[in-house]
Amino acid sequence: MGILTWTWIIVGASFALYIGIAIWARAKTTGDFYVAAKQIHPVLNGMATGADWMSAASFISMAGLIAFMGRDGSMYLMGWTGGYVLLAMLLAPYLRKYGKFTVPMFVGERYYSQTARVVAVVCAIFVSFTYVAGQMRGVGVVFSRFLEVPINTGVLIGMAIVFFYATMGGMKGITYTQVAQYCVLITAYMIPAIFISIMLTGNPIPQLGYGSMLSEGGQQILGSSPGHLLQKLNEVQIELGFSAYTAGGAKTPIDVFMITLALMVGTAGLPHIIIRFFTTPTIKGARSSAGWALLFIAILYTTAPAVAAFARLNLIHSLNGKSYAEAPSWFKNWEKTGLVAWKDRNGDGKMQFAKGEPFKGKLEFEKDAAGAVKIGPSGERVVKSAFDEKNTNELYIDRDIIVLANPEIARLPNWVVALVAAGGLAAALSTAAGLLLVIASAISHDLVKNVLAKDTTEKAELLWARAAAGAAVIIAGYFGIHPPGFVAQVVAFAFGLAASSFFPIIILGIFWKRATKEGAMLGMVAGIAFTAAYIIYFKFVNPDINNAKHWLWGISPEGIGSLGMVVNFVVAIGVSMVTKAPPQAVQDMVASLRYPRTIE
Amino acid sequence: MATKERQAAYWKENLTYIVILLGIWFVVSYVFGIIMADTLDKTSIGGFPLGFWFANQGSEVIFVILIVVYVKLMNHLDIKYDVHEQ
Repeated sequence: MGILTWTWIIVGASFALYIGIAIWARAKTTGDFYVAAKQIHPVLNGMATGADWMSAASFISMAGLIAFMGRDGSMYLMGWTGGYVLLAMLLAPYLRKYGKFTVPMFVGERYYSQTARVVAVVCAIFVSFTYVAGQMRGVGVVFSRFLEVPINTGVLIGMAIVFFYATMGGMKGITYTQVAQYCVLITAYMIPAIFISIMLTGNPIPQLGYGSMLSEGGQQILGSSPGHLLQKLNEVQIELGFSAYTAGGAKTPIDVFMITLALMVGTAGLPHIIIRFFTTPTIKGARSSAGWALLFIAILYTTAPAVAAFARLNLIHSLNGKSYAEAPSWFKNWEKTGLVAWKDRNGDGKMQFAKGEPFKGKLEFEKDAAGAVKIGPSGERVVKSAFDEKNTNELYIDRDIIVLANPEIARLPNWVVALVAAGGLAAALSTAAGLLLVIASAISHDLVKNVLAKDTTEKAELLWARAAAGAAVIIAGYFGIHPPGFVAQVVAFAFGLAASSFFPIIILGIFWKRATKEGAMLGMVAGIAFTAAYIIYFKFVNPDINNAKHWLWGISPEGIGSLGMVVNFVVAIGVSMVTKAPPQAVQDMVASLRYPRTIE
Repeated sequence: MATKERQAAYWKENLTYIVILLGIWFVVSYVFGIIMADTLDKTSIGGFPLGFWFANQGSEVIFVILIVVYVKLMNHLDIKYDVHEQ
């Protein structure tokens, strides 16, 4: 069977499974809808959190980014896992003890202020929408590449599925679907990695394989001399003018440090992750489910650098110095999608891979009058974009190709390719659903029930929640079809914002009884204002000077959230010390969060 | 021990655990994986330069272990100070 047939079968089967689960796990009460009635076993909650957390970016893009960044890419690996340690020790058990439905609710009650709650609602909605637009786009991209439907149709199909199970099942439906989605995505990620690891090193565990010696088969495939895989990779990298793969690259240690910190703290401040810990039956369970979540996430996150190293080595050996006719078939297949391209700079008929981006601006192909892409002398699609004169690179390789084309690079059967498509969709859909729930609960519970119409009955509130989830899906889909040109840039926003707004005031709210509402609000405002101003200045107002020479202490906009967090802490603590202490009832509430059992 | 003192002692011990474990969290990722990575890279273990390994995989594995240790310690502590859930 062809790739296309396999993809429809596997993707169709996985969708049918998600819908089946949604029907089985319908939400009947607001408790079901917001926190799955607090009945989720810690292991299942760990899996659901894993799927909730690992988005299209983790699944599709991360390994590719690492393959091109070398050791610097570790900032994603550490940054997107380290936050769970913070969650387990500083947030999850106490917020679970608090025992209500949403993050804004905690902020409002702890800081005895409706204003604080509304500010938190706005932050939660903004952060979640930023994120969800990217997921919907990811769904559309996977559909268009694997199922050959237009991106917009892909987005619409994705919307319909999420609409169905998010509005019907709420948190309960989403949780069980996410458990299934975790299983799909981890299988899809591991199978190609295991096969490639065996192929190159003979070691079936990819996490260890990429530190092993190349096997004889591996040497043959790569046309390489014997040695450790990483050592060989370093050698060819240096030969081609790159820095060694295992050494630090373009970024300074201070920047890597600050970006890692912003990602970790941002993770711990993301509302869709925090609310997952509201769903366990006990506080003990909230702690342990953070551990399970990280274990399930780490399976993928420790494999990603292996995939990156395998692919990098494979890429260089199969393309550099080869003519177009000698290039492997995956190169030609993916050329059609515009994810890879070659333009013969020096006219020697061979592909040269070197440091730097080959073309200036966006990649465009020459087209004839009928709109078909022109074919060059070697059979390649002719690139219209001009060369960047600063380097000698001839190959354009999109970062996403590393994971998407992995099974083809390893010559795996067609059903594995189809599985990767289903895995990418599972990653994007599960994250989208988790985010939509945050938006829905922020609107129905925090705004409608507690600010606008306090007499709303539970039944009406449930209806509001479903309507809000539905409306959010439609808005997210709109952004998926008409992506704002700056989606990639806004991701830095989501983490920076979560790091500089929620994280400090939740931590202070739990660990410091004296934190006051004035302190919290000014802290949040100062943290966000500082972070947003810095990002907007370098990303939108003055992108030409967005480089280390002009940054504050060498910190890039991606890492500035760490400093925003410090600003928030300093302002919140300073202001709290000079304002009136919180009411006794609030201080007692804070005290009670610290002990799993309330003792009167 | 009176309830109040017992609770205070429980909280103090919890904070001690957190400080120690987050200290390790900081050292394996920020110190070994970033600040000292170049120095550690001079040593290799099983084909991995050490700093690179901490940054790539080591910190993630240790993060998981840290949470497991914390969960075990706290389950024990909850019972020791009689603040566990019923």
